[in-house]
Amino acid sequence: MRRLKEKIIEMSAKSKEGHIPSALSVLDLLWVLYDRVLNISPEGASSPDRDIFILSKGHASLGLYVVLAEKGFINSKSLDDFCKFKSDLGGHPDRTKISGVEASTGSLGHGLPMAVGAALGFKIKKQKNKVYVIVGDGECNEGTIWESALLASNHHLDNLCCIVDYNHSGDRALKLGNLEEKFKSFGWTAASVDGHDQEKIYQALMKKSLNRPVAIIARTIKGHGSKIMENNPVWHHKFPKGEELDMILKELN
Amino acid sequence: MRKQFVKTIEEILKEDKRLVLLLGDIGVFGFRDSLSRFPDRVYNIGILEQATIGLAAGLAMQELIPVVHTIAPFATERCFEQIKNDFGYQKLGGNIVSVGASYDYAALGCTHHCPADVGILMNIPDIQIVVPGAASEFDSLFKQAYANGKMTYFRLSERENQIEFPVKLGCANVVKKGKLGTVIAVGPLLDKVMSATKDLDVTVIYLATIRPFDFETISKNIAGGKVLICEPYYSGAITGDIIMASKQPLKIDLLGVPKEFLNKYGTMEEHDGHIGFTEKDIFNRVKQLCQA
Repeated sequence: MRRLKEKIIEMSAKSKEGHIPSALSVLDLLWVLYDRVLNISPEGASSPDRDIFILSKGHASLGLYVVLAEKGFINSKSLDDFCKFKSDLGGHPDRTKISGVEASTGSLGHGLPMAVGAALGFKIKKQKNKVYVIVGDGECNEGTIWESALLASNHHLDNLCCIVDYNHSGDRALKLGNLEEKFKSFGWTAASVDGHDQEKIYQALMKKSLNRPVAIIARTIKGHGSKIMENNPVWHHKFPKGEELDMILKELN
Repeated sequence: MRKQFVKTIEEILKEDKRLVLLLGDIGVFGFRDSLSRFPDRVYNIGILEQATIGLAAGLAMQELIPVVHTIAPFATERCFEQIKNDFGYQKLGGNIVSVGASYDYAALGCTHHCPADVGILMNIPDIQIVVPGAASEFDSLFKQAYANGKMTYFRLSERENQIEFPVKLGCANVVKKGKLGTVIAVGPLLDKVMSATKDLDVTVIYLATIRPFDFETISKNIAGGKVLICEPYYSGAITGDIIMASKQPLKIDLLGVPKEFLNKYGTMEEHDGHIGFTEKDIFNRVKQLCQA
C-alpha cells in the first residue's frame, strides 16, 4: 500500500494535478474491491458477465489508476503521463479511454444513479453479477444520491452496494450526520466500518442482504497515511513540490 | 402522436428484449397494458428526472436500450447535465421522448413550456434530435434511430400535419420547388407553411430531423438566395446550419417562438396568434422576404 501511496503522490507532483487526499481516502476500499471482491479481470474487462465498479467521486481517480495498473488493467508506464494532453488518464476517469473504467465521472451525483441502472440491468437480464459504487460524503449533498437511494430500495436491488467514503470533507458546508441511519430510513441495509481496515472492509462487503441494497459507511481519513495532509483541506487539489514532497514521502505510512 | 408512441413502443417491446421504458409518472394510463405485460421492462419510475437519466445510462451500459418519457422541460432542461455526461460524453445510446413541446400545455404556464429544448440539446455533440410532424413519421424515425447506439431526443407535439412523408433519419424532404425563395419548415409547422405558400413560387424544404443535419439537401435546393426558417421552438436554432449549407450569401428571416416567457394562459392557438404563428403571418413573412 505504501508503494501505491507513493505512486499517487509522485504522479500528482509530476503532473501538478490530481486530488491526493481523496485518492488516499479511498485507496483501501479500492484495493479490497479489486483484490478480493470484484469478479473482473483485465482479460474480461468488457465481458458481459463481469461485476461493475463505478467511482462516483471521480476526482479520486489517482487511487483508481494505481490500483488498475497494479491489477494489470492498464499499463503501469501510462501512470507517468497522468493528465498530459494526450494521456488516457485524466483528472477524472473516462470510460471511453480506459479499460476497466465503467463510468466517466467527475460531476458529483452521477455515479450512483448509473450504478442503480446497471444493477437494475443485471436484474432484467437475470444475471447474478453485482454492482459496487463509491460515493463521497460531500457528494451526498446532491439530490440525485437520494433519488437513487429511493429507486434502489423500491426496486429491491440487493445486487447493489454503495460505499460512502465518509471522510467528513463535506462538513464545512453541510453536515450529513448519521449516514447509516439515513440510508436505513431509505430502505437500505446499512453498516459502518473503519474504511482503512482492509479485513473489516472485506467482511462488510461479504455480508449478504436480501431484497435490499447495501450501504457501507466507511469511516475514512482524507489524506490517509500522510500526517501532513490528513484532514487538511488546503491539500484538496494541491500538488506537493521540493522539500515538502520529500517530507511527505518520508513520513508516509 | 402520443397514441402512436404507445403503439410503436408496444410493438418493439414484443420484438426487442433490450427495450426498457421509464415513465416519469406520465403516460401511465396510455401504457397500462405494457406496464402489466412487461413488468421487468416497463416502469413508472417516479418523479426524479435527473436520477432517471442516470439510471437509463446504467441500463445502456448493460446493453439495454432505455426510453425515458416525460414532459419536455423535465426531460431536458432539468437534467441537461445528465444527458450531456451520462449519455453524450460516455458515448452511450438511449432515447428521450418528450411531450408538451413549446406550449402545448398553454394553460399550465411557462414551467410546462419548453421552447428551449432543441436549442440546448444541440450543444451535445453527436446527439440526434427528431421533431416529427406526424404520427407515422414518429413511428418510422423511432424505429430507425432507437437502437443505433446514440442518444436520440424525440419531441412529440399535440400539433400534427395532415401531410405525411416517408422520412429518413437525418434527411430533409423537398416538398415543392419554386424560384423566388425558400421556406424551411420544421416538424408540425409544415401544414401551415404549405397552405400559406400555396400560391407563392417558393421552394419548401421539410425537416423532421434536426440532428444529424442534412446539409446536402439544403445546399442543393435553396432557391432565390432568400430563406424563411419556420421552427416550432425558440427561433434561430438552425440558422447557422442553413448559412453553412448555403453556397451563396442569404437573406434570412426567422419565424419561431420568440425568446420571451409566454406568460398568458388559454390555448395553443391563442398563443399562435399572439406570437405571429398563423398561416396569415407566414404568408406575409414569405411575401415580404421574396419582395425584399
